Amino acid sequence: MNRVEMRLLDIDKRKTTFEEVALGYNKKEMLDEASRCLNCKNKPCVSGCLVNIDIPKFIDFLKKDNVDEAYNVISKSSLLPGICGRVCPQETQCEAKCIRGIKGESIAIGRLERYVADNAAKNFVFSESEGKAKVAIIGSGPSGLSCAGTLSTLGYDVTVFEAMHKFGGVLIYGIPEFRLPKTIVSEEIEKLEKLGVKFIKNVVFGKTIDINDLIDEGYKAIFIGCGAGLPNFMGIPGENLNGVYSANEFLTRVNLMKASDERYDTPLGDLGDVVVVGGGNVAMDASRCALRAKAKSVSLVYRRDFEQMPARKEEVLHAQEEGVNFNVLTNPCEILGDELDNIVGVKCVKMELSAPDSSGRRRPVEIKNSQFIKKANTVIMAIGNNPNPLIKNITPAIKLNQKGCIEIDENHMTSLPGVFAGGDIVTGAATVILAMQAGKESAYSIDKYLKNKL
Amino acid sequence: MYEILLAEKLNGSVMKMVISAPLVAKKCLAGQFIILRVDEVGERIPLTIFDYDRKSGTVSIIFQIVGATTRKLSLLKKGDYLFDFVGPLGNPTNTNDINKVLVIGGGVGTAIAFPICKELYESKKEVDAIAGFRNKELVILEDDFRDVTKQFFIMTDDGSYGEKGLVTEKLEKLILSGSNYERVYAIGPLPMMKFVSKVCDKYNIPVIVSMNSIMIDGTGMCGCCRLLVDGKVRFACIDGPEFDGTKVDYDEAIKRNKMYFKEEREKDCNLLRRIDE
Ligand SMILES: Cc1cc2nc3c(=O)[nH]c(=O)nc-3n(C[C@H](O)[C@H](O)[C@H](O)COP(=O)(O)OP(=O)(O)OC[C@H]3O[C@@H](n4cnc5c(N)ncnc54)[C@H](O)[C@@H]3O)c2cc1C
Ligand code: FES
Repeated sequence: MNRVEMRLLDIDKRKTTFEEVALGYNKKEMLDEASRCLNCKNKPCVSGCLVNIDIPKFIDFLKKDNVDEAYNVISKSSLLPGICGRVCPQETQCEAKCIRGIKGESIAIGRLERYVADNAAKNFVFSESEGKAKVAIIGSGPSGLSCAGTLSTLGYDVTVFEAMHKFGGVLIYGIPEFRLPKTIVSEEIEKLEKLGVKFIKNVVFGKTIDINDLIDEGYKAIFIGCGAGLPNFMGIPGENLNGVYSANEFLTRVNLMKASDERYDTPLGDLGDVVVVGGGNVAMDASRCALRAKAKSVSLVYRRDFEQMPARKEEVLHAQEEGVNFNVLTNPCEILGDELDNIVGVKCVKMELSAPDSSGRRRPVEIKNSQFIKKANTVIMAIGNNPNPLIKNITPAIKLNQKGCIEIDENHMTSLPGVFAGGDIVTGAATVILAMQAGKESAYSIDKYLKNKL
Repeated sequence: MYEILLAEKLNGSVMKMVISAPLVAKKCLAGQFIILRVDEVGERIPLTIFDYDRKSGTVSIIFQIVGATTRKLSLLKKGDYLFDFVGPLGNPTNTNDINKVLVIGGGVGTAIAFPICKELYESKKEVDAIAGFRNKELVILEDDFRDVTKQFFIMTDDGSYGEKGLVTEKLEKLILSGSNYERVYAIGPLPMMKFVSKVCDKYNIPVIVSMNSIMIDGTGMCGCCRLLVDGKVRFACIDGPEFDGTKVDYDEAIKRNKMYFKEEREKDCNLLRRIDE
């Protein structure tokens, strides 16, 4: 039997609304898919999961339609199943290890995880805070949330400080509603609040408060999970014209500030013809958001070929279905503007892949005399982020590497004792699950550190 | 939520508000700014901190009613609350190693120039200031400035108050009359800062300007506050807001600040209609 496909939102609706695209399994679909699991003894899938969820065990409960028990199994390892079930790249993680996948299609573990998260009753028994030490968490992205949740279940008195006016980090302002509904994120955060975690918004670590303030207020350990903030630009002429956005800005305007919703005040303007530069998930999200924000057309420009695109295949497919035009092996070299600095077009050049170099990588090189002009009114740069620059000003006692990422030891501790770090600020832009894993492991390290110290 | 403790009009379109924000008040310094959101559907806008009181935990802001958000803000009264108020953001003014300075403010920028004057004055530096306005009706903060400056000059475009003329004319006169300013701070409309910087450059006096870019997060995450300084992309929120005035690409900044002009106007109309109803 083949893997049970997930139903998708009607294509016409997808182009015009921000409703979730992947609709999730119904009960019958869940039972059919769960029944495919072979319940292997050596559980290869578990080793593919960064937080080691006991996958066969939760699927076994699903086979008996016992969703609540399945939820309890997942909860032992992951605090954010509703989020991970939606945004994890399962095809390269747990599902890649699935025995079923060798001959046919692997079990749709992510879809089952999502079913559990969406349908479980979630009646937790909340442990009273045991009055253990105070721990401060900087940033409310997945790394901060999972560190906070884990520490809280270990009995610590945890406070999360967030610079923005909403909690969730990239989950809120980056990943769009149609892939991860914001109600799911708020639910997970409410769950943590019930666990006793305190959340304080509008606090910028390094500006509003610093390490000494936290020490003065009695915090015994600090976890920094402030993400990889600073957006990259290409450095080509015309990049400061009106209508050139970083993907961060564009997605923040649309997702956090709801710029395309008339009831909100943040402006976006008429997008017209949109060109998105990049080939990762962020580029896909930006393209699909632009379509929904009433762009006349959306074209994606990527300097390598389809095979080299870092984006998940599924995202590329969804973007294509919705009408995003893909211009691969193409690189922008100048953004053209009118006398008022409004964009009128993008000068691009065609690329080809060189013969493999010593590392086997094929570099994109320009094809001579292949320049052409693409009509555009809006350009979105989705070419990656650098580490959050505020961190380097906080204290020289926290060592950074050459790229500006925080350096940590095997216990996730920075060069300043008692200060831990994880997520994108350590690894550079990565994934939700890696950030969650880092947060969770840091929590255990913090527990060990405080037990030894006190 | 952040309580408004005082809301008063300084002139027809400029307002002052005192906000209860203890964490911001504890840390802020001259030259820094905050970002606020009026209500749940509001946009995030940056405003420079006008004054603060660490003991009472309050921060004052001064703003001109220019777009939808400042109009919304202006309708709030004492006892109302702001949804969000985060800061202090940006780098504080560097007032070290100088003894004699001139501070120039233009229009509502005068309010932003005030904390710099005050700080310099309190650290026993010799401070002169020039404030430029279109006409007498628009003059604000005259007494405040007199308190913290050695010499204070008001210029109006039409001569209805103070001296008639542009701040740059006064600047040049002061320089030529032998006032040996070690540094000039200029804060106001972009064209004003551009021309003040030109004059300073001509006489080789270091000049610092404060850039009021459009912002969202204020922490370096979105890049919408970017500008060209010395040919390089810089972010006003984390690299600024103050920059060497002779290095800023003003023409580009002027165009970037106009980016949402049309949408603002439309929103403004919608908002006005809503208010009228
Ligand atoms: C558009 C987009 C789509 C993505 N899609 C996927 C996907 O499908 N699957 C996947 O696995 N990954 C995806 N990622 C990557 C993933 O979101 C990140 O790897 C992950 O969110 C990193 O988590 P984090 O906790 O390290 O940081 P973030 O999520 O970046 O959170 C950091 C938080 O810290 C706050 N902060 C920053 N500085 C300070 C400070 N000084 N003081 C206080 N707070 C501060 C920030 O405001 C933010 O809320 C995507 C990323 C983007 C941008
Ligand atoms: S305001 Fe977003 S980077 Fe400066």
